[in-house]
Amino acid sequence: MNFDFSDDQKQLRDEARRFLTEKCPPKAVRAVIDGQAPYDRELWKGLADMGFLGVAIPEAYGGSGAGHLELCVIAEEMGRALAPVPFSSTVYLAAEALLLAGSDAQKQKWLPAIAQGHAVGTLALFEGTGNPSPKAIKLTASNGVLNGTKKPVADGAIADFAIVAARTASTGRDSDIALFLVDLTSEGVEAKALTSIDPSRNQAEITFTNVKAEPLGNAAEGWSILSQVLDRAAVLVGFEQVGGSDRALEMGRDYALDRIAFGRQIGSFQAVKHMLADMYVSATLARSNCYYGAWALSTNAAELPEAAAAARISATQAFQHCSKNNIQVHGGMGFTWEFDCHLYYRRSNAIAVGLGSLSYWEDQLIERMRQKNAA
Amino acid sequence: MNFDDTPQEAEFRAKAREWIAANAPHEYADELKKASLGRVQLKHANILEVAKVWQKKKADAGWAVPHWPKDYGGRGASPIERVIWQQEEGVFGKLGALFIIGQGMCGPTMMAYASEEHKRHYLPPLASGEKVWCQLFSEPAGGSDVAGLRTRAEKDGDDWVINGQKIWTSGAHYSDYGILITRTDPTVPKHKGLTMFFLDMKSPGVEIKPIKQANGQSEFNEVYFTDVRIPDHQRLGAVGDGWNVSLTTLMNERMAIGAGVATGFPELFDFVSNLTLEDGPAIDNPAVRSRLATYAVRASGLRYTSFRSISALSRGERPGPENSIGKLVAGAMTQEVATYALDLQGAAGVLNSPEDAEVAGKFQAMLLRSPATRVEGGTDEILRNIIAERVLGLPGDIRVDKDVPFNKIPTRGR
Repeated sequence: MNFDFSDDQKQLRDEARRFLTEKCPPKAVRAVIDGQAPYDRELWKGLADMGFLGVAIPEAYGGSGAGHLELCVIAEEMGRALAPVPFSSTVYLAAEALLLAGSDAQKQKWLPAIAQGHAVGTLALFEGTGNPSPKAIKLTASNGVLNGTKKPVADGAIADFAIVAARTASTGRDSDIALFLVDLTSEGVEAKALTSIDPSRNQAEITFTNVKAEPLGNAAEGWSILSQVLDRAAVLVGFEQVGGSDRALEMGRDYALDRIAFGRQIGSFQAVKHMLADMYVSATLARSNCYYGAWALSTNAAELPEAAAAARISATQAFQHCSKNNIQVHGGMGFTWEFDCHLYYRRSNAIAVGLGSLSYWEDQLIERMRQKNAA
Repeated sequence: MNFDDTPQEAEFRAKAREWIAANAPHEYADELKKASLGRVQLKHANILEVAKVWQKKKADAGWAVPHWPKDYGGRGASPIERVIWQQEEGVFGKLGALFIIGQGMCGPTMMAYASEEHKRHYLPPLASGEKVWCQLFSEPAGGSDVAGLRTRAEKDGDDWVINGQKIWTSGAHYSDYGILITRTDPTVPKHKGLTMFFLDMKSPGVEIKPIKQANGQSEFNEVYFTDVRIPDHQRLGAVGDGWNVSLTTLMNERMAIGAGVATGFPELFDFVSNLTLEDGPAIDNPAVRSRLATYAVRASGLRYTSFRSISALSRGERPGPENSIGKLVAGAMTQEVATYALDLQGAAGVLNSPEDAEVAGKFQAMLLRSPATRVEGGTDEILRNIIAERVLGLPGDIRVDKDVPFNKIPTRGR
């Protein structure tokens, strides 16, 4: 047993942190929030040049094939830096769906483009309020033609292609749901940007009107593929949340050391110290759950569904906890636009619901533990 | 990142498993499974005797405190092998509760500060459970202010003469030896005038009075010292260096290493999995699931945090203050879990006799014991201070008595 990243992986983390510190300072995040661009194209290109976009894509498809542990390491740094790029949609969701279920031709077409930073992908799953569920999917696929609306679609207005979950029948079975790969420049696709609590990431509504689409994977297995993709993404997004938690904790700690009130550093007051200690505790528990998820993801272990749900829940709780208390430590300054606290607060709450909400993953975790116990 | 055993670890595990299958007191397995925090008892046997027999058997085969050096009664196992042993020992590990203070805290302190002769004499019987040790630190006026202790040690020829009182001493009533921290110089600031010893608990002048606790049991004691003589060669560390010696003990106490930190979660999950509520199986209830999930990730997070510490130890790193997280999270969690398990039982949650209560009153016992877990070995508040100060680097609490000679510190408020 060795429950840590290797020296090479830690070196990769340092490299990613150096790169993002330089190329993705808070002002780069603010440029996107202020609406100057829908995402940071320069950063996106830089990430491609560094090889970060294709780190888990096999060499045969234009990536470096390093692996998923390496992707976890990079994800953590993306989360720390609040990178305003469609990394999670493209790399965790679209690329993973292609890797799991794509035909060789689909992989040849899209994966090298992703690795090189030429294509942005996303997953079009949600249709309004609610969590991932076959029942919630109304968008229809009939003879390879899609009709319906998806909302919200993360990075939907900047993506070049989408994996779309569609209904092929109404028998009430999971096999009613199939996945399709849609080139978003196709005729009949209309994407409209939506405002959100975290403008550093694009959200969109996409309407499909008689759009021709190619199936991704076996039609009857759409829901099963989707659920595997969500599990894999849950671990990766979990690392982004861990990175964000750590950074929010650091910001709070630094401010508590810096700020003097009542003649003392505020970090010398127990109420503040204990709040920061509790942030450390939740961030540490999340990190440990995510490490277990990383191991399960990288080895495709049978424990992955349970490990992914635990990582997701723990990381969601930690990031929300750390980002809200970071504002609290900062006091009134923490609620100004000028301080960066709100950027983390926004991201932590947006990311908390993006793959299905906390209550959804809580339900998943217990269901999976129950099934394992019964087996 | 690898969770699987290496070939050597797998071999160690197989050996451990085979030996446990052949030698463990399987007749007590069911009762031990049902035992919980606050109640490890056997119906038809004296648990101290059963525990001693099991510990001796382990020692004879080299499985007692596997991570200790061979010369002192261990087998020189690695930190990971230690965890593998704990995993394989399973419920029989609960029998070791009586030896935890001695093996977990007194032993490492002896290893660091006792003479070689003393180590070879005292450690093997501690490892084998033949001799039980306790730790005499807390005092009535001390509490979290451990260094505020008043038990005096005065030099008299080659001996030290001890007078004073300790309290909250776990297991003193069945202990053979103890490590004892005393004040040898009241004219210097409080951390500077302390000295550590070990002593025979049967020495003349030692009087032990069990305390009846809030949960009705008596694990802790008051210990009185009246002109107790300790030879100078039983001193641990230099005169006046007792605080540093005690930090070795406390660091080991807080390490809480291994997969063995009790959170109450496995018990809760088992209970809920078999529980039927008015509207169907409890496990199908969304509110129940949500609560369970929150506890589940806390328990797994703690488990994998300890694995990360063990990986660090395996690389030769020393256990650090971040290990305070174990007891901080687990302590509060057992209390929450127990409260919730009673809540799920409705009005019957009030019953705690093994005959009437759900799962033999396990959660009721846990409920009544858990307040102590949050206090003993460092309160939640002290552990948060440790994390804030030593992990996050925040300023220490303002200590107005830090540089004042001990005998000038005010002892009463107004």
